[in-house]
Amino acid sequence: MAAAPALRATPLNSVHRALRAKLVDFGGWEMPVQYSGILHEHHAVRSAVGLFDVSHMGEIEIRGPEAGQLMDFVATNHAQKLHIGQAQYSALLYPHAGFVDDILVHKVAEDHYFLCVNASNQDKDFEHIRGLNQFQAEVESAGQRYVQLAIQGPKAPATLQKLTPVDLSAIRYYWFADGIVAGTPARIAHTGYTGEDGFEIYIPPGEAERIWRRVMEAGAEFGILPCGLGARNTLRLEAAMSLYGHEIDASISPFEAGLDWIVKLNKGGFVGREALIRQKESGIRRKLMGFELRGRGIGRDGYEVYVGGAPAGWVTSGSPSPALNKNIGLCYLPADRAQTGRAIQVMIRHQPVDAVTVETPFYKRAK
Amino acid sequence: MYPENLRYTKEHEWVRVEGNTGTIGITDHAQQELGDIVYVDMPKVGTRVEQGKTLGSVESVKAVSDIYAPVSGDVVEINQTLADAPEKLNEDPHGEAWLVKIRLSVPAEFEKLMSAAEYQTYIGAEK
Repeated sequence: MAAAPALRATPLNSVHRALRAKLVDFGGWEMPVQYSGILHEHHAVRSAVGLFDVSHMGEIEIRGPEAGQLMDFVATNHAQKLHIGQAQYSALLYPHAGFVDDILVHKVAEDHYFLCVNASNQDKDFEHIRGLNQFQAEVESAGQRYVQLAIQGPKAPATLQKLTPVDLSAIRYYWFADGIVAGTPARIAHTGYTGEDGFEIYIPPGEAERIWRRVMEAGAEFGILPCGLGARNTLRLEAAMSLYGHEIDASISPFEAGLDWIVKLNKGGFVGREALIRQKESGIRRKLMGFELRGRGIGRDGYEVYVGGAPAGWVTSGSPSPALNKNIGLCYLPADRAQTGRAIQVMIRHQPVDAVTVETPFYKRAK
Repeated sequence: MYPENLRYTKEHEWVRVEGNTGTIGITDHAQQELGDIVYVDMPKVGTRVEQGKTLGSVESVKAVSDIYAPVSGDVVEINQTLADAPEKLNEDPHGEAWLVKIRLSVPAEFEKLMSAAEYQTYIGAEK
């Protein structure tokens, strides 16, 4: 048997071990899947606050006088329209309009964009962008320089505010500010992947352990819990946020994934645009839909979906929804069958189980 | 942690024998690996099960996992409380949250399973 390649560890690995987290291989990274339990951690984020180490996520920096042009050539959303200090969800596509990755773009300066990309895609993304760089811009793979912590939940602002002089209430949703957190320079972004209020901070790896402890202390009065990738997944699924490798991959286009809003066809040329225009004219063949199980069981990733007794699609993600107390999931269905309220069956271990397509997101926080 | 009076399998089931009846469950290690358990599927009373073959399944928030029969025999009782309270498997896997009772057809199978000490060595090595 060939030896498995060594897992990459985040600078907080020893903290996770000391907390007796259950560690798993996640895209080549040894990451905590849970500490006290997925349900417990999920509820902490929905009702109070949770802290996640998401340092496996990659960072790419694009700098130079034509950084914005490169950004708009490689990504689907309109990066140059961003204000300085604003962030946006976007996509890197292949020419055929399948996903290279989904990304968060932060405009730091007119000549500087900061990208947060998926862990297992960071090397591929970097090579992809670099290969398309015919601009006066430099592309840097910067994952080693940042630890990313996500502080998420209704008490996230109150928790983080104790550690920073930056007025967090002045940072609007999907904006960010560079400031000091616990005495250390940090990028503080009002973003998240939980469907809850919260922040994602980017800090120097050498300060990670200290800042982790400071956040845990600051959140103690609210009952903060360290949260793993298990809860991150159930939280993002309730919010119907896509996960690369599940809802989106190289075979799926943003239109199919219901991400039309991150595609700006009129902004000028970008990779994948022609294929998207053709798709728009001819119509998409399949569409991502939410479903709720009516029968007993959980429709998991890869399970077949039947409509009218015939195979019609597949489940991309499925889980119990701790907030709704239902079993929910996302699936691809033929576009002409993709209406809410449709009866479908999910093949759960060779048994068809009744389900119904529903509106997404499954969970919306109270504003 | 792992009671001496139980015997254990490599697939992380346990069995306790009293007379001709074997009580079957999953180990503490198994429930820890699975995390929050949300469903338990068990065979009907009267089902004949064979050692090493699928007995049922447990499903957690994260994943679904088969349970294999540690011994052969006929199912004589299932633990009904788990249908409504599957989380008990996370709380008391070696006790209250047993899964099924079986009338043993090959009692000698029991002796060949791992002892508590052997099982602890086994899961230690697996890590």
